[in-house]
Amino acid sequence: MPPLLEVKNATKIYGGSFLSSGPVTVALQDYSLSIADQPATITTVAGESGSGKSTLANLVLGFVKLTSGQIVFRGQDVDQMSAEQRLQYRREVQAVFQDPYAVYNPFYRVKHVFDLIIRNFRMASHKSDARDMIEDALNVVGLRGEEILEKYPHQLSGGQRQRIMMARAYMLRPRLIVADEPVSMVDASLRAMILDIMLRLRDEEGISFLYITHDLSTAYQIGDSIYLLYQGTIAESGETTRVIENPKHPYVQLLLDSIPVPDPSVKWGSEDISSIDDEEMRVSVDSGCRFYPRCSQRFDRCLDLTPPPFPVGEKDHQAACFLYENDKTPPETAA
Amino acid sequence: MTAAPAPTAIGAGNGATAALSGPVLAVNDLKVYYATPAGDVRAVDNVSFTVNKGEIVGLVGESGCGKTTTAMAILRLVQPPGRIVDGSIELDGTDLTQLEGAELREVRWSRLALIPQGAMNSLNPVMLISSQIRDAIQTHEGRLSAKELRARIEQLFALVGLPSRVYGMYPHELSGGMKQRACIAMAIALNPVLIIADEPTSALDVVVQRVVGQTLLDVKERLGVSMIVIGHDMGLMAQLVDRLAVMYAGRMVEIAPVQSMYDEPLHPYAQLLIESIPSIKERKPLKLTEGLTHDLRNPPSGCIFQMRCPHVMDVCREVNPPLRELRPAHQAACHLYEDDGTLA
Repeated sequence: MPPLLEVKNATKIYGGSFLSSGPVTVALQDYSLSIADQPATITTVAGESGSGKSTLANLVLGFVKLTSGQIVFRGQDVDQMSAEQRLQYRREVQAVFQDPYAVYNPFYRVKHVFDLIIRNFRMASHKSDARDMIEDALNVVGLRGEEILEKYPHQLSGGQRQRIMMARAYMLRPRLIVADEPVSMVDASLRAMILDIMLRLRDEEGISFLYITHDLSTAYQIGDSIYLLYQGTIAESGETTRVIENPKHPYVQLLLDSIPVPDPSVKWGSEDISSIDDEEMRVSVDSGCRFYPRCSQRFDRCLDLTPPPFPVGEKDHQAACFLYENDKTPPETAA
Repeated sequence: MTAAPAPTAIGAGNGATAALSGPVLAVNDLKVYYATPAGDVRAVDNVSFTVNKGEIVGLVGESGCGKTTTAMAILRLVQPPGRIVDGSIELDGTDLTQLEGAELREVRWSRLALIPQGAMNSLNPVMLISSQIRDAIQTHEGRLSAKELRARIEQLFALVGLPSRVYGMYPHELSGGMKQRACIAMAIALNPVLIIADEPTSALDVVVQRVVGQTLLDVKERLGVSMIVIGHDMGLMAQLVDRLAVMYAGRMVEIAPVQSMYDEPLHPYAQLLIESIPSIKERKPLKLTEGLTHDLRNPPSGCIFQMRCPHVMDVCREVNPPLRELRPAHQAACHLYEDDGTLA
């Protein structure tokens, strides 16, 4: 059986077209990812702002076109789909976005978001059927129709709005939900509820997630596999617990070290990195490893060649770093 | 590095930075209400706290709990339909609620600075960053020679770890973290006694967040300035603040030294906040809570947290628990405890 979703050598370059001048932005470079058809999984794509993670979401959702490469959904190239297949794809791949305040049209009642998809996908022929479907979907996220459907979006909290978006996606019984930072704007005490809904949809309904986030701790709590991006390239990938408990790539190590520990007695890594010039950090090099300017363990070879992924552990744990070129264990700190 | 007294490591000294000369800021029984056609929304209701010299106080709570409104009230920037109904805000002995017009403008920025939410988008895009800082300095201190100004602005940049070439740059030429540091430089330009930072790192990724956080700590150490940092990231707060104040629905429910707060949160809401921090050390089942709150226009009698509290008792529905000191310097507003801090 072909994988549910396969991204093959995807490259997306913004700018640089015939009429535009100025430098091009390589948002995603030679990126590959695969989500198995069965069982349903939560695949995390993580990275800092500008690492290309939202570009990936937009590519999968069809908002932007690839510069080169392929996106294949259940064996079918998304770019080559007929109108009918595309409609089916639009139904089977749903999205939940970051900002639960901006996705609603403030002039309509909450009910409107459900009415629209029922009409677009001709899901129900009677009003009572439609109402049952909506109620059923809302129950899955722990809401009741009578409480919210007649309200306007501004009368609901961010957590409720995001749950309604989950219910909306679920109602279509998709195979895949692309969740682009679904919890970053929801209050901390309510975040767990959204994450729990994702886990239940995965386990009980067999819906896979492409979970896009910058928050490694929530990814660690719910994710199955993880891809860590750095400036459009994959720095490290593998099973979430393995990658986060035992990071190999210097960037991923820095990232994990920078997550503030919720314990006042354990301070941020003692190393004071505040003197590093951000601007130097942002310079993307034309050839070689993109992390070179910031890397503490760089050597000359990193500048000449782009490191391909090297295996660094069990279960497809890979890191794109020359430290692991020949061996599974890193050499003593290279000079 | 200038010779700082006691060159402690950055970030050292949680709670240890004790009161040297009494509080810099004392907020007493502050009430800020927003008028709506259906009645007043009690955004801040009877909030009292102090900030000591050289101390960072964190103000946490979910969106809409009144954190930002409290900060805006301290700056006297509450806009209609909001108004300060009652209470006093004493900055170094001056009651800010009594000041008007020119007196207030005098205090703002020179003694009380703000790093606004989304500060990096608050810079004027068509002005050099250095010109924006120059404006602030000259408005308060009158004309200075160009040479003097330049030296002073470059010194400010150095304090926050920005290279001096930023002097000739526009905001769009800087990354998010650098813009945020430029905003910190602006805040300290007039040597204020108190800086209010509203979500100073919320739009930044973790590595840059750490850089900005460490810059704030560094500035605190070197200048001995006091700060109020507003946020909801409990992990970041643990790294940044000396004392932590937890707000819920307009009321202060717990104030404690940061170590004491994380070791033993007393109020059920503070316990919930600390338990819901996702860990990267162990995978554990998610802690779920229902997020229903009351109508802020019409708070229930008794405790403000009664609708979500797992330990709610009859008394909670009738009597509003006052903030009591239950552990050394650790105050909480909850009926679960006796006056001596033992469980009731």
